[in-house]
Amino acid sequence: MQQLIYFFQRYKTFLFFLLLEFIAVALIINNYSFHKSKFISSTNFITGGLQQKSSDLTEYLNLKSINQELSEENKRLKNKLEILYSAIDTVKTKINTDSLKYYQRFLYINGKIIGNSFNKNNNFLTINRGSNHGISSEMAVINNKGIIGITDQVDDIYGRVQSILNSKSSINAGFKNNDYYGTLKWNGTDYNTVQLTDVPRQARFKIGDTIVTGGKSSIFPKGIPVGTVIDIPVKLSAANTIGIKLFNDMANLSHIYIITSLHKKEIKSLENNNE
Amino acid sequence: MNKTIYIIFLFIFLLLLQVLVLNNILLLGYINPYLYIAFVFLYPLKKNRILFLGISFLLGLCVDAFSNSGGIHAFSILFIAYTRIFFFKIIFKKGESDYLLFNLRLETFDKVFNYIVILTIIHHFILYSLINFSFYNFTKIISNTLYSSVFTLTLYFLGNFIFRKKLT
Repeated sequence: MQQLIYFFQRYKTFLFFLLLEFIAVALIINNYSFHKSKFISSTNFITGGLQQKSSDLTEYLNLKSINQELSEENKRLKNKLEILYSAIDTVKTKINTDSLKYYQRFLYINGKIIGNSFNKNNNFLTINRGSNHGISSEMAVINNKGIIGITDQVDDIYGRVQSILNSKSSINAGFKNNDYYGTLKWNGTDYNTVQLTDVPRQARFKIGDTIVTGGKSSIFPKGIPVGTVIDIPVKLSAANTIGIKLFNDMANLSHIYIITSLHKKEIKSLENNNE
Repeated sequence: MNKTIYIIFLFIFLLLLQVLVLNNILLLGYINPYLYIAFVFLYPLKKNRILFLGISFLLGLCVDAFSNSGGIHAFSILFIAYTRIFFFKIIFKKGESDYLLFNLRLETFDKVFNYIVILTIIHHFILYSLINFSFYNFTKIISNTLYSSVFTLTLYFLGNFIFRKKLT
């Protein structure tokens, strides 16, 4: 017993060091598993609040380009509206929509990015929307140029988004001109390009084709732009991997939309019934 | 200046500098300086190191909380905080009796340079290994470590040079 106490006294610094390193390793491993990193992240009150302050300050510097983007988006939406109006006008639609049978499928909530990272292997963003605003985990996050990621962990006021630049992200996406689809992943090298894997061999594509989300998952609506094909494998293999240049500049993001899928529960339960 | 107030001030200053300014620099898209490790160089040497290890760990944990990285900064800063004493003994060839009077500013530049370069490179190497979490991109770890270390060291010695006259 005396020996044991002596041992502890002699090596107390080293033992303390080992204990703290052990805690750090536990935190790292926790952070690498989805949905578990509760303690140390940017969604808590202090870190989120400070990031909000600093993002409020830097927002003014980007006002010009944000206005430009907003007006571009308005222009596109107005043009679409005009096309719809003319379609209704020319074709006499005799369909009666039964208000009981018609359900809205997606709900958009606007928000702002207050913390961003894109230079690591597993990147996360912090947004100023949380469970108080109706956000929960596994919701799609996009902006007017294309997809950004999926919400991962949500607190009262702030939320954390798992960016598409994360080695754990896998999102269903496909070609705009046909219905072949694959899985969108990121290999961690360049933040402007992501990879589309498991594309069927019979799919035909060329450099410059547009990639959009596929709508096969219950999170993303169909047809949200992702990027263009820039790299095609020379030899066909089982994991047919295509390089895609993103429309979004992931280093420069501010205003976003979070998409709630109102049918998610129903789709999920149906899919589970199949098994 | 009172030692305790100096350390608290240093802690908060380095944390805010790292989180609000340096984490957003991203030279060439991915190179960041990690100047918060200056805390390990500037903390006075003492025989009882438990408090020092605890504060260093806390600083790393705070940086982690802002950059969503689990505990990688805490791990790497704690490692150099623990091994600091061995390099001190090897490079400056001094024992425990010199702790009180030791000051980095009174030493010759080449010894100080060796001491800080070794600790910085160890820290950055551990940090980037943990960020990648595999040896798949080993050349990337090495190149990131080198570029980042050069950046951090340049900033540290510049800052040291600027603040030298004011404090003494």
